[in-house]
Formats: sequence, structure tokens, C-alpha cells
Amino acid sequence: MNPFLKSIFSTSFLFSVLRVATPIIFPALGVAISALSGSINIALEGIMLVSAFTGVIVSAFTQNLWIALFSAILAGVFIASILGYFSLKLKADIILAAIALNLFSSSITVFLLYIIAHDKGVSSSLKSLVFPSVKFAFLEKIPILGGIFNNQNILVYIAFLSVFVYYLIVFHTPLGLKIRAVGQNPEAASSVGVDVVKIKLYALILSGVFGALGGVYLSMGYVSWFGRDMTAGRGFIAIAASSIGGNLPLGTFFGSLLFGVVYALTNFLAPLNIPSEIIQVIPYIVTIIVLTFYSARVSKEKEVGEE
Amino acid sequence: MEKFVLKYFNLLRTIIAILIGFAISVLILVIVSTSSIESIKYLFLGPFMSVSRIGNIIELATPIIFCGIAIAIPFQASQFNVGAEGTFFISAAFGTAFALIIQKLNLPGFIYIVLVLTFATLFGGFWGFIPGYLKARFKANMVVLTLMLNYVAYFLSIYLINYHFRDKSAGFLTSYRLPENVFLKQFIPNTRIHIGFLIAIASVFIAYYFLYHTTLGYEIRMVGFNFNFAKYSGINVFKVIVLSSVIGGSFAGLGGMAEVMGIHRRFLWQSLPGYGWDGVVVAIIGKNNPILIMFASLFLAYLRIGGQVLNLLSDVPFEMVGVIESIIILLITAEAFLENVKYRITVKEAEKEAFKNESLS
Repeated sequence: MNPFLKSIFSTSFLFSVLRVATPIIFPALGVAISALSGSINIALEGIMLVSAFTGVIVSAFTQNLWIALFSAILAGVFIASILGYFSLKLKADIILAAIALNLFSSSITVFLLYIIAHDKGVSSSLKSLVFPSVKFAFLEKIPILGGIFNNQNILVYIAFLSVFVYYLIVFHTPLGLKIRAVGQNPEAASSVGVDVVKIKLYALILSGVFGALGGVYLSMGYVSWFGRDMTAGRGFIAIAASSIGGNLPLGTFFGSLLFGVVYALTNFLAPLNIPSEIIQVIPYIVTIIVLTFYSARVSKEKEVGEE
Repeated sequence: MEKFVLKYFNLLRTIIAILIGFAISVLILVIVSTSSIESIKYLFLGPFMSVSRIGNIIELATPIIFCGIAIAIPFQASQFNVGAEGTFFISAAFGTAFALIIQKLNLPGFIYIVLVLTFATLFGGFWGFIPGYLKARFKANMVVLTLMLNYVAYFLSIYLINYHFRDKSAGFLTSYRLPENVFLKQFIPNTRIHIGFLIAIASVFIAYYFLYHTTLGYEIRMVGFNFNFAKYSGINVFKVIVLSSVIGGSFAGLGGMAEVMGIHRRFLWQSLPGYGWDGVVVAIIGKNNPILIMFASLFLAYLRIGGQVLNLLSDVPFEMVGVIESIIILLITAEAFLENVKYRITVKEAEKEAFKNESLS
């Protein structure tokens, strides 16, 4: 077999796909749940950054993973709530408010990092914690699957679990029903007594929780430090992943995996002299095509419905 | 007084938002800086302390003005096209490539410059056409489209420069140097202020005239003001969406190439420089009005240079400016911010009017 195909079908390749897809799965779920309620949340970038930062700082000072995780989630929810407050109560446009919050998050984290650790680049001078990897005894015996799924960071498994939790919330809880109702037709939802503003706020808060988990994974699992703007556009890529998947649980999951494959590929292709830019650009083009087809179909359905 | 407040309510609200931003920055400096008085001086007066710093303000404002206009034109039509970031970048990359290719023709300077700038402008328009058409034809979401296109623009540009125009003698990823006769002249000693700034100012007035004094400009604003009304009164909404995107993109393209020809003289960006996002910021502060955007760009550049002086001479990091910027933008975008004040004044005015009418009758 040629070395290129061999490396793609190796377990270590698929192992790294899951590793790099995780920080996209979380925010993609966040984008998806707010999209279902009818808001486009482009603030996941900021939410992740603030949570990644909070996790590192709090764990360095308390040496307690749980307190760090809890604070990071609170921080993510805080940013999401500000977005909700400004867009829903103060009637700011949600896109513009999110752009402001991304700028805020990017600046405040570097600002505080400098104040606390006297470094504007990375937090490596702080003794922050990381989440452990997990070894499952039963997976060890299975040849290929074991190599792919075993020994991942615990947050990778939590990402899988979150896809399921997302499914449960959206399709099997009254809140999920209301979120979908508000997203599809706010006037109708409001006429049957649903508080549209409140439901949209809840969806944004949930989106903050998912985003926060993504941020925590980045700085306390994927790597062991906080770095300036370390999200590197993953909050925006998450929008692509959830649009590819039509905001559905499995769709969003596979959309995120697609980006995981591409990232892992660029790492594996580096020695093979194929321009990595050409590989890296593919998922964005795929997103544009999928988004266009999807929108064309939806708008056509609407027109047919109107007739 | 009350009438004055009502008339200039939006402007006053913007000024109040900026003042709140300033107040917060003073507060932060008092808390974190060991020599707060000095730091406050650096932040607010630092940018005016030398000719070269005043020059820095204008140099920095130049690309932001272009991107501000590029964002404002589609925003006027309520199209959230945030593609200026990528359009600026890719037009500069392809413009640089074009300039290097036609170098052999030995064109006279002026024609060479005009040709390259025209190419970049057209390229920007073409790049703006893509999201405009996909939105108008298929109703794809403009924000998501343009966010993705920014990445496409980034990777294509880096590919183009890295594999076809890379100067291998330089120690980093950069294109070959442009020939001297295509430079935009820097015309004020001790600064890098270049002809591109004058082009930016001209663009401001062209964009202003276009938006407020031409039929297409009127149609763009009408679509933004009330989409359905515009549609039913016979405005070709399809055309407006596509063209607002194309025209916005062409300003971003022109700005990208002017920056390369005026400041760097080669394509040396390795990541997106962020001017497109600055364009969104100034479009918000300037309420999508090109003339106000020009002032907003100078203001933003002033803040940034103040932040740099602060960073250089005190113990406070530059990023403080970003925090202040974001608070100002949040307050300006919040339609309901100070709305109750406006409401109270309106009621008071109405009562006064009613009282006057009563006493007359």
C-alpha cells in the first residue's frame, strides 16, 4: 500500500481525528442549539476563549479540577448571557453584539494574562491542571477500535456524550420542543403562551455551556496552557460544522468530524509535499456548497408552503 | 434643549458610549497601573506627542477607512456581509501577483499604478459578488457565507504567494518586492502617510455621494430600511443585494492593494490582519455613513496608537484598548440604551405641546 493511504488508514490517524475534532464538536453543538431557537451565535469564539482562560487560571490557583471546570462554565455562560441581554433586552443586533464580545474576550484574556502571569503569549509559567486521559479495560482487547477510541482525554468522551445530551434536550424535553417552536415560528409560539425571549435566552445559555466545555478542552486537555487567541477560529468553524449538519445532533457531529479529518490530514500530509493550503481550504468550500444547497431547499419548501 | 437632544439623539448616544468607555479605561488604569496619572496621560495624549505618532494615526486609519466603507455599503442594505477581511487580503495578494507579472511591460509609473489598483478593485468586486449572488439567488446566510469565504480567501492567498511568488531570499513567507515605480508615494517627512490616504478620503466622498445621491444608493438604503416595502414598491431586491456586496468588496480590494503599495511594498501578511473587523467596528460607530466612518476610523486609530504608547511606556498592556472598544460598540449597538431617556423627553415635549395647544384654544 502506498505510504499516504497507509498513514490515513492507521489507527493513530483516526485517533488524532477524534482529538482535533473535539474542540469543534462542543462549540458546534452550541451554535446548533442557538440556531434552532432562531439566533445566529457567532460569539462561540469568545465564549471558548474566556472559558479556556478561566479554567487555566482557576485551576492554577485552586489546584482543583472541579472548581476550575465549574468556573469555566460560569464564565462561558456569563458571556452568552451578556449576548442574550444585549440582543434580546437592549435590542442590539446579535451579530454586532457577538463581534463586540469576541473582541472583548480576545482582549480581556490577554490583558488579564499579562496582569496575572506577566506574559502576553502563553500561561506556561502558571501551574495549571489538565484533565486526565482514560483507559477502558474492555477497549484494550478490541484491536482497531481500541487503538482509536481508547486512551483519549476524558473530555473527548464527554464530547460524544454531549452529542447525545444535545439530542435528548432538543427532541425529548419540553424545553427542546419550545426552542424548536420559537426558532421555526416565534409568533405562533408566542400566541400559545411561550415566552420567546426567555426560551431564546435559555438556548443561548446552553450554547454557552457547550462552548465553555470546548474552551476547557483546548487549554486543559488538548494542550496544558492558555495561549493568546488559542481558539484560532474554531468558534467560526463550528458554525460551518453545524450548518453542514443542519443543526441536527448526528449531522453536527459528522460535520465536526469532517473538519477533524482535514486538520489531521494537514498534519499527516506535511512530509508529503502536497500544499496544505489546498487541503485546508476544502472544508470551507464544502460548507459554502452545503449551506447554499440547504438554503435553496428550505426557501423552496417555504415558497411551496405559501402557495 | 429637549428638542436639541431629540434631534441629535443618536449622535449624543454615541458620544455618551465613548465617554463611558473612556471612564472605564481611566478606572482600569487607576486599578492596575502603578503610575496611573502617567498612564492616563500616555493613553489619551500619547498619540499627539510627536509628528511620527500623529502620522501613525493616519497610517493606521487608512486601511480601516476602506474596510469601513466596504462593510457599510452592504450593511446599509441590512446585509451582514463581514467579508471585508478576506476581500482586503485576497485582493492584495492577487493584486501583488498582477503587479509582479506585468512588471516586465515597463509601463510608466502612473499607468502602472492605476492599472494595478483597478485590477485589485475589480478583484474585490468579484470576491464580493460570490456571497452577494449566493445570498440573492439561494437565500444562503450572509454572515456564515462571508465568514467561510474569509478563510477561503486566506488559504488561496497564502497558497498563491507561497508557491508562485515567494521571495526565497527572505527569511520568512513574503512575496517578491514590488518595483519602485508602482509604489504609492509617502509624502510627509517622518511619517509613512502615503497617497493611499488621499484615495481613502476620495473614496469616502464617492461612497457618500453614491449612497445618498444616486438611485442605486437610495435603493440600497430602502432595502435596508424596509425589505418588504422596498420589494413591493418595485425595487429589484436581487440586484441590490448582489451590487451592494460587489461595490463593498471593490472598496475593500482597493484598500488592500493601496496598503501593500503604500506601506509594505510586498505581500508579507501571514495571517489575516484584522482590518475587516475594524471596518465593522467603525461602520457601527459611524452608523454606516461614510463621512462619519472616516472620523470613526481616525478615532479608532487614535485609540490604538494610545494603547501602543501605553504598552511601550507603562506597565499596562495594549489589549486594554480592545476591552474599551468592545464596551463602546456594545453600548452603541444596544438600540434600547438610553431609550428610556429619549422616551421621557419625548413625553415631556408632547405634554408641553399639548399644554400650549390647550392654552391657545
